[in-house]
Amino acid sequence: MWSAILSPDFFAAILRTATPILFATLAAGVAAKAGITNMALEGIMLFSALFGVFFSSMTHSAFWGLLITVAIGAFIGLFLAFFVLNLKTDEILAAIAINLAATGGTVLLLVAFSGDRGVSSSIKSVSAPNITIPFIEKIPFIGQVLSGQNILSWLSLLAVVVMHLFLYKTPLGLSIRSVGENKDAAESVGINSRKVQYIALAISGALAAFGGFYLSGGYMNMFTKDMSGGRGFIALAASSMGGNTPIGGFLVSLLFGMAQALANIMQLKAVMPYELILMVPYLATLIGLGVYYYAQKKKKERLSGK
Amino acid sequence: MNSAKKFDILRTILSVLIAIGISFIIIFMLSDQPFEAIKYLLIGPLTSKRNMGNVIEAMIPLIFTGTGVCIMFSANQINLAGEGAFHVGGLFAACVGMSLTAKFVTPAAALLVAGVAGAVFTAIPAVMKIKTTANEMVSSLMINYLALNFGNYMLNNVIGDPKASAASYALSDTAELPVLLDGTRIHVGLIIAIAVAVLGYLFLYRTKFGYELRLTGENEEFARYSGISIVRVILLSQLLGGFVAGLGGGVEMLSPLYSRFTWTSLMGYGWDAIIICTLAKKNPLYTPFAALFLAYLRTGASIMARRTDVTLEIVQITQGIIILLVVAEQFLSRYKHKLIAKEAKAALKEEEVA
Repeated sequence: MWSAILSPDFFAAILRTATPILFATLAAGVAAKAGITNMALEGIMLFSALFGVFFSSMTHSAFWGLLITVAIGAFIGLFLAFFVLNLKTDEILAAIAINLAATGGTVLLLVAFSGDRGVSSSIKSVSAPNITIPFIEKIPFIGQVLSGQNILSWLSLLAVVVMHLFLYKTPLGLSIRSVGENKDAAESVGINSRKVQYIALAISGALAAFGGFYLSGGYMNMFTKDMSGGRGFIALAASSMGGNTPIGGFLVSLLFGMAQALANIMQLKAVMPYELILMVPYLATLIGLGVYYYAQKKKKERLSGK
Repeated sequence: MNSAKKFDILRTILSVLIAIGISFIIIFMLSDQPFEAIKYLLIGPLTSKRNMGNVIEAMIPLIFTGTGVCIMFSANQINLAGEGAFHVGGLFAACVGMSLTAKFVTPAAALLVAGVAGAVFTAIPAVMKIKTTANEMVSSLMINYLALNFGNYMLNNVIGDPKASAASYALSDTAELPVLLDGTRIHVGLIIAIAVAVLGYLFLYRTKFGYELRLTGENEEFARYSGISIVRVILLSQLLGGFVAGLGGGVEMLSPLYSRFTWTSLMGYGWDAIIICTLAKKNPLYTPFAALFLAYLRTGASIMARRTDVTLEIVQITQGIIILLVVAEQFLSRYKHKLIAKEAKAALKEEEVA
């Protein structure tokens, strides 16, 4: 088993399984930085997984399919923002509503447009391609890990850098962080907090849509019922463990990708009953959360001199 | 009844109507036989004794998880592990139900074990919050998946009947809860459920600890300064909520609907509980009514799905819209202001006359 774990294939698998979680973690992070817990990520990913299949088959193009899906993801983010900010809906309950609508709505839409029940087997969707970059391919180990990865996995890595620069090096990023830190203080220096939160949730929805698209057009090549499988929830945990920063979120996502990839290997080697192995990513998240917050708590206690 | 309360009820009813209206529009867009579909959705449950029975059967688990969530949400503990608690409750009740054969003792023991299993399960996020300050919502989302996979593990490796596919050994006859009404499967669980809802109400609104719990939910800082032990509230509210949800899983498992443990996916009652709690305004006393409404809608939808081309899942969209509108504080707020202003004016006039 150890040889399997230390091989470049394993690291490639980590990146592959971490990609959807990474997108969603970045999505959770930008919303959290603006002071909103976006639990609707799960539903947005599920919707996006279906829309990705729909629109890529309709346009015969992964690119246009992705573009439309991401636009709809951003729109769902705005929809959530409207309810939370304008209609003063509890953000968790609003998210639960969206997730419920996604669970039922995806099945309903799939049946209505293709007659398929649960699996989009009759839709010819176009998946995002795998790509190999010539000079990176030559680098030992790293080249083997990275080459042949799905373009969306590359994009997710790029998104980490972009989001980091966006949040920490642009005026809008600063506004988002200040609104999340202290809304009233931000308002007092002339920031329109509502507008900023709208933007943050739109970005959050769009990022989650990338992750959702990847699930049905990269990781797999079709939509299956409930395929987001709690990744949106894991992302909330990952983001909060990563301090809601893109870099922190990235590292924690890799950890979860690793738990998932390890679970996949263990399943193949039949080390344990597979039901127990399926628990690994969730258990890892739970333990990770506990350890992270315990360390935070101790740190706070130390700093306050108790 | 003051105008704010009146407005609340009005808005809830209006939200439900709007949600159902939107569902009709969706049915019209998707279905080839929309009138037929809507007819089955609305009056299907009334067409036979069996269908009416189905409504009541479907209502029972919803009352349990709804009450459990009401207790946790009243303390502002957004623990979403009711789903998993229901699952482990059912699992453990099945384990007890298939190993004991004594009359009365078997169901009583099974239900007790189910409740305790649910309580211990939902307390995990609570303990984590107390010990490490990790947010209970996020951790409760994770442990639901642990419950599901643990259930599947038990089913496939420990309690699975090799002669049946994806089913445990049969529960003993003594474990089954008796049917109340011939020709239906309405069972004693209904009485337990209503008792739980009433007890939940008495606990939250008529006891000192219930008051402390609600106060903590409204304003934790204030509760802390008035000397309430927040840790106790956090832990006990979630233990109790989990107990009720687990008990619900146990009752469902021992009901005439099941004779073996066959749950290979989460049942969704934990999420449904949130809409029940929203409609009941966190008051357990109203959960049976909210559960009745949802069960009626479900039964209607399932009759519709069987007879027409509209799928059952439309109900989840209806539920989502109801939650959104009911909790949208600003929805119809202009009307609320008018209502309050009118009442104030009337009161002023009365004073002048006096």
